[in-house]
Amino acid sequence: MDSIVSAASVIAAGLAIGLAAIGPGIGQGNAAGQAVEGIARQPEAENKIRGVLLLSLAFMEALTIYGLVVALVLLFANPFSN
Amino acid sequence: MVQHISVIDSSSILMAEAEVGKHFYWNIAGFLIHGQVLLVIWFVAVILLIFSFLGTSNIQQIPRGWQNFMECVLEFVTEIAKNQLGESFYKEYVSFIGTLFLFIFGCNWAGAIIPWKLIHLPEGELAAPTNDINTTVALALLTSFTYFYAGLSKKGLGYFKHYIAPIPLLLPLKILEDFTKPLSLSFRLFGNVLADEITVAVLTALVPLIIPLPIMLLGLFAGSVQALIFSTLAAAYIAEALE
Repeated sequence: MDSIVSAASVIAAGLAIGLAAIGPGIGQGNAAGQAVEGIARQPEAENKIRGVLLLSLAFMEALTIYGLVVALVLLFANPFSN
Repeated sequence: MVQHISVIDSSSILMAEAEVGKHFYWNIAGFLIHGQVLLVIWFVAVILLIFSFLGTSNIQQIPRGWQNFMECVLEFVTEIAKNQLGESFYKEYVSFIGTLFLFIFGCNWAGAIIPWKLIHLPEGELAAPTNDINTTVALALLTSFTYFYAGLSKKGLGYFKHYIAPIPLLLPLKILEDFTKPLSLSFRLFGNVLADEITVAVLTALVPLIIPLPIMLLGLFAGSVQALIFSTLAAAYIAEALE
């Protein structure tokens, strides 16, 4: 692989996963905070809240995972390497 | 052109390797097939079959042992389908949703629990079958076919009316949705499983003892949550096509 291409790919992989982690981080923090508030208000609804929270956390997690997939493609299946 | 690199080239440390893009190829009828994935898939299928045979071989009125366990499992997957599809439709699709859940769950846990690294292949390594994008894409496409089948069998060609349902302006978005559904399903599962294996491999290479254990436990938890999410989403998509 061209050294410029490999350097750019490594930087891009780092940026992809790093930037993709910002949004879901904020979102998951919000969701978890609201869930804790909900449980504190209504402890008997804990099981229901936990189920919904886990499911929605996984949706947000998926966004970071897309960044990770892009990073993995750049590192292991780079389309620009000959 | 796919490039073959192993994440960490530390063959001296046992079980500290995660190889991405290296496969144990079988050539069957002109198709290159990833043998290591098929081997573990067969293993998982056999395990699931054994469990079902144990659960159903000696059925009694009052369930005990394996029958009790398998009834719990069946109740759990039925609950997933019933929550999304509703009382009137779930029976037809509980087999599909349940198979998806049990298969993905079995694959994730088989990859995380069983020390596959003790078995050496000529090339590639045995791991969770869901860390290969081909497996997850196959599962996601099956889900796509199923929700098209569900919509077409319930409404006939009238199913396609929902593409222009509120206003025809949304037609491109609705068509795009049919492609993004399997895409996100497959990438979510693939990325989560592979990310977990890479994390464990990196940590094991840095600190071989004790420290990777919590991450491995997190991997087990993430594996079961991913199986739950995949099957819940499949059920939700089918419910959307049915309504």
